[in-house]
Amino acid sequence: MIHVDTIKNGLVIDHIRAGSGPRIFSWLGLDKADFSVAMIMNVPSKTHGKKDIIKIDSIISIDYSVLGFIDPNITINVVVEERITRKINLTLPDRVENIIACKNPRCITSTEKYITHVFTLVDKKRAEYCCEYCDELYRAGIGEVF
Amino acid sequence: MLKGKHVIEPSNLSVKEIDEICSLAEQILVDPAAFMDVCRGKILATLFFEPSTRTRLSFEAAIMRLGGTFLGFADALSSSTAKGESLADTIRTVAAYSDIIAMRSPKEGAAMLASKYSSKPIINAGDGGHQHPTQTLTDLLTIRSIKGGFSNLTIGLCGDLKFGRTVHSLIKAMSRYSNVKFVLISPTELQIPSYLESQILKPLGIAYTSVEQLDDVIGDLDILYMTRVQKERFFNEQDYIRLKDSYILDAEKMKGARKNLIVMHPLPRVNEISPEVDSDPRAVYFKQVEFGMYARMALIAKLTGAI
Repeated sequence: MIHVDTIKNGLVIDHIRAGSGPRIFSWLGLDKADFSVAMIMNVPSKTHGKKDIIKIDSIISIDYSVLGFIDPNITINVVVEERITRKINLTLPDRVENIIACKNPRCITSTEKYITHVFTLVDKKRAEYCCEYCDELYRAGIGEVF
Repeated sequence: MLKGKHVIEPSNLSVKEIDEICSLAEQILVDPAAFMDVCRGKILATLFFEPSTRTRLSFEAAIMRLGGTFLGFADALSSSTAKGESLADTIRTVAAYSDIIAMRSPKEGAAMLASKYSSKPIINAGDGGHQHPTQTLTDLLTIRSIKGGFSNLTIGLCGDLKFGRTVHSLIKAMSRYSNVKFVLISPTELQIPSYLESQILKPLGIAYTSVEQLDDVIGDLDILYMTRVQKERFFNEQDYIRLKDSYILDAEKMKGARKNLIVMHPLPRVNEISPEVDSDPRAVYFKQVEFGMYARMALIAKLTGAI
């Protein structure tokens, strides 16, 4: 097991689907961070077999609804003075804006570039979202993120 | 209250509002002279970014028969869209000149986008292969006048169910009535979009079956709704050629149908209904054309607040 120092004030993004860590790392812009960050991949997990973890030594602002869309199984631990003060469980948001782009070439979003791409949750069990304009269906997840 | 509403898809209208529109259309049909001035001074804008015969002309005839006038264009090339103007700006401009806007676009969701920028009611006159609510009002008026209502009907939808926007809107509208069953007749490649199954048919518990052969089911139907394979929606011409003549309704096939079946078609047709069927009293597609104008007259009158 790899050892990573505990963080003093920051966030631990835990239970990331194994393999999705690098894309979340990139989406959060952590490659440009001027504070300590660590990503650990393929950590053994009781529930999922393997998982990725990201540790951030700073309390950065994150849009949790977007992170929930990317992977609703993620949990976030808020660490203050080296102690976990809050645990945030993510859920699928009812609506996301400009997180994914509609891929239907007949959709109005393909030609009118100024439009906000809006998707609403239509099936929680299947994590399915539909485009507000053309009703095309998409599964939530990192694969679809801009 | 229908005044000022946008009609982008059938679910923008409640069942009660659809009844109101159908009742008004029936009144206009019986006594058109009584309604010839109700929209005097009103201007309908018809923005057709995609070719149309029936829909555009029926909208224009509808406003003129209500005493109003129209302005607009019949193809995108004669508008500032050709210069690169955004739909949002076009709509803001047209809304300043008119009282109500009917628009057709090859792009799905175009009318929905327009409704976000328009201070006047937007009527979706067809958006790509997505929705066509005023054809549905036409279809409902036809069904109501011939079948007496919308419940207890088995409706066969045949042909291009993937890109056929009239089919999508009709499924949405008819799914709200009791004991309606759908028989979806299409090649595998042209089945209905998955959102109609996952958001309408399954959650509402609507009975439906999918089949490939029209002959196997024609005898079970109260309504047969034929559709054209939508050439303009295909990106691959070879696919269109392979699928275009999947279904051809002829006099021989009609022998297997019920005596009280009605055959509907939103038109234009290509090969899917043989001309020999036109003289069959069960063919009602040219009645639909006439009903279309009255349905649109009623809708315009309601949305402008003229009635």
